[in-house]
Amino acid sequence: MKKILFLFLALSLAVFGAEALTGEVQKQPLNISAIIMFLVFVAGTLGITYWAAKRTKTAKDFYTAGGGITGFQNGLAIAGDYMSAASFLGISALVYGAGFDGLIYSIGFLVGWPLILFLVSERLRNLGKYTFADVVAYRLQQIPIRTLAAAGSITTVIIYLIAQMVGAGKLIQLLFGLPYSWAVIIVGTLMVLYVTFGGMLATTWVQIIKAVLLLCGASFIALAVLMQFNFSFESLFASAVSVHPKHDAIMSPGGLVPDAFSAVSLGLGLMLGTAGLPHILMRFFTVADAKEARKSVFVATGFIGYFYILTFIIGFGAIVMVLNNPQYLDVAKQAVEGGAPILGGDNMAAIHLSHAVGGNFFLGFISAVAFATILAVVSGLTLAGASAISHDLYANVFMRGKIDEANEMKISKIATIALGIIAIFLGIVFEKQNIAFMVGLAFAIAASANFPVLFLAMFWKKLTTRGAVIGGALGLITAIVLVVLSPIVWVDVFKNAEAIFPSKYPALISVTVAFVAIWFFSITDKSETAAKEIEAFDAQDIRSQTGIGAEGASSH
Amino acid sequence: MKQDIVKQIISNPKYQELVSKRSKFAWTLSIVILVVYYAFVLVIAFDPALLGAKIGAGVISVGIPVGMGIIVLSFLLTGVYVRRANSEFEALTQDIKNSLK
Repeated sequence: MKKILFLFLALSLAVFGAEALTGEVQKQPLNISAIIMFLVFVAGTLGITYWAAKRTKTAKDFYTAGGGITGFQNGLAIAGDYMSAASFLGISALVYGAGFDGLIYSIGFLVGWPLILFLVSERLRNLGKYTFADVVAYRLQQIPIRTLAAAGSITTVIIYLIAQMVGAGKLIQLLFGLPYSWAVIIVGTLMVLYVTFGGMLATTWVQIIKAVLLLCGASFIALAVLMQFNFSFESLFASAVSVHPKHDAIMSPGGLVPDAFSAVSLGLGLMLGTAGLPHILMRFFTVADAKEARKSVFVATGFIGYFYILTFIIGFGAIVMVLNNPQYLDVAKQAVEGGAPILGGDNMAAIHLSHAVGGNFFLGFISAVAFATILAVVSGLTLAGASAISHDLYANVFMRGKIDEANEMKISKIATIALGIIAIFLGIVFEKQNIAFMVGLAFAIAASANFPVLFLAMFWKKLTTRGAVIGGALGLITAIVLVVLSPIVWVDVFKNAEAIFPSKYPALISVTVAFVAIWFFSITDKSETAAKEIEAFDAQDIRSQTGIGAEGASSH
Repeated sequence: MKQDIVKQIISNPKYQELVSKRSKFAWTLSIVILVVYYAFVLVIAFDPALLGAKIGAGVISVGIPVGMGIIVLSFLLTGVYVRRANSEFEALTQDIKNSLK
C-alpha cells in the first residue's frame, strides 16, 4: 500500500515538468564542479541574451523572436520545454521504483504530440500572432474572450511557476549544497534577465542549448549502461529483475493506474493539457509558417520519444548499478525504515547513476544540466505569463487595442519583472507546503479551461462568445474544485479522513463539463452578435486552412 | 477578408479538395493514435497480466516492445503526416493563393 502511495506521489510530483521534490531535503555539501559548470552555462546564456537583446526591437521580436525560428530549432525548443528536470529525474525515478510503470507515464506524455500536429499546430500558426488568445478572439468579442484566456493563462503560469520554484529550490539544495532561498532567488533573477532583455529569442536559445546538453548527457548515461551489458537488453533486464525487491513485477504494469476511470481521465488530461499550456502554444508563433510549424512537431516528437526511451534505460540501469550500491545508500534512513533507500530519495536515481558511470566530473555536469533545465522552463513560462498580461489584458482589454508597440513592450517587461518577484516570493512562502498537487492543477486547468475553447474556436462554426466564456469559466472552476476535493488536497493537505472526489485525475469530468457548457450556451445564443460571429467563421476557416492573411516572419 | 473573396475561395475546387483531403487524413491518423493509446490504457486497467506475459524464455515481457512500439509509432505517424502535408497540401495551398492574384 505504501509503495502504491509512493508511486502516486512520485507520479504527481513528476507530472508535467514540475520539479516538485517534496518532503524534507537534506542539504548536501557544496558541489564545486557542478557549480563551476553551471556558472559556465549561465555565462554562455547571458552572452546569448546580450546578442538576442540587440535583435529584439519590436513587439513581434519580443513575443515571437520575429517569427524567424526554424522548424528544427523550434522542435528542439519544444522538446526542451518537455524534457524538464521532472521528466528526467521523475520518470527515471518511476522506472527505478516500479519498472514498467514508468513507461506508461512516458507514453501518455508523448501521444498528445501527434494529435497536436494533426489537429492544432498549423491552424494555430495560421490564426495566431503572439498568444493563443489571438486565435480564440479572432472572430469573437475581444474583451470577454481575452479576459477569460488571460485568466486561464496566468493561473496556469503562476501555479506552474510556484511548483517549479519550490522544486528548483529543493533540487538545488540537494545537488549544489546551496541554501533554499538562494536557489529560488538565483532562478528568479536569471529568468527575469533572460526574458526582459532577450525576449523569445533568448528564451528559445536557452531552451535549445539545454535540450542538447540534456540529450547528450542522457545518451551518455544510457550508452554506458548498455555497454556494461554488451548492448543486450535481455541481460540488462535480467539483472534488474534479480536485484529489484519486486523482482519480476517490474516487467509488467503495477499500481500506477488504479481503475478504468483514472486511467482514461489521466490519459485525457495528459493529452489535452499539453495542448492547452500557454508556454507550449506560444512556441508555434515563433516559426515562419504552417510548414515550419508542422516540421517542428515532427522534430519535437522524435526527440521527446528518444528521450523517454533513454530514461527507461537509465531507470533500469539505476536498478542494477545504484540500488544495493553501498556508496549511495542512505544509512540513516535505512536504520529507521529498512529496505535500501538511496541518498536524496528515488528522484536522485539518475543523478547517482551519472556518478556511477562517469565519476564526479560527470555528476557535476548532470547536476548543472538539471539546474539549467529548470531555468529554461521557468523562462518560457514567465514569457507566456507576461504576454498574457501585456498583450491580452493591457493592450487589448484595458487599452482596447489603442496602444503603440513600444508601450506594449514596456508593459510586458514590467509584467516580467512583476512575475519574477511574485515567483520568488511565492517560492519562499511555499517552501514547507506540499505543492505536489499544483502541477496536476495547472494541467487540469490547461485541459479544461484553455483547450476546449481553443479547439472549438478553430473547429466549430457555431461557437459564440457567450458559450466560450461560460463554458471556459465552468471548466476552470470544475477543475479547481475537483482538485481541491480530491485525495491530493482534501486528504493530504487539509488532513481530512476521506476525499469527497475519489480520483486524482479530474480531467474526464472537467473537460466534459467545459465542452457541454460551451455547446449549450452557444447554440442557445440567439443574439445579433452571435449571428455575426457565426457568419465570420468561414473567413477565419480559410485563413486557418491556408494561411492566407496570416502573420509572416518579420523582414529583418 | 472581404466577403466576395471568401465566397471565391470556398467555391474554388482546389480549396474544397484541400479541406476534404486534409481533414480526412488528419482525423484518420488521430483516430489511429487514439485507438492504439486507449487500447493500451484499458489493457493496463483491466488485464495487466496480458502485458506482463513473457516473450519466449527470457525476462522481457510483451509490454516492453508494445510500449516502445507506441513511442515509435507516434513518431512515424507525425513523419507520415508532415511528409504529405508539406508537399501535397502545401502545393494545393499555393494553387489557391495563386488563384487570388
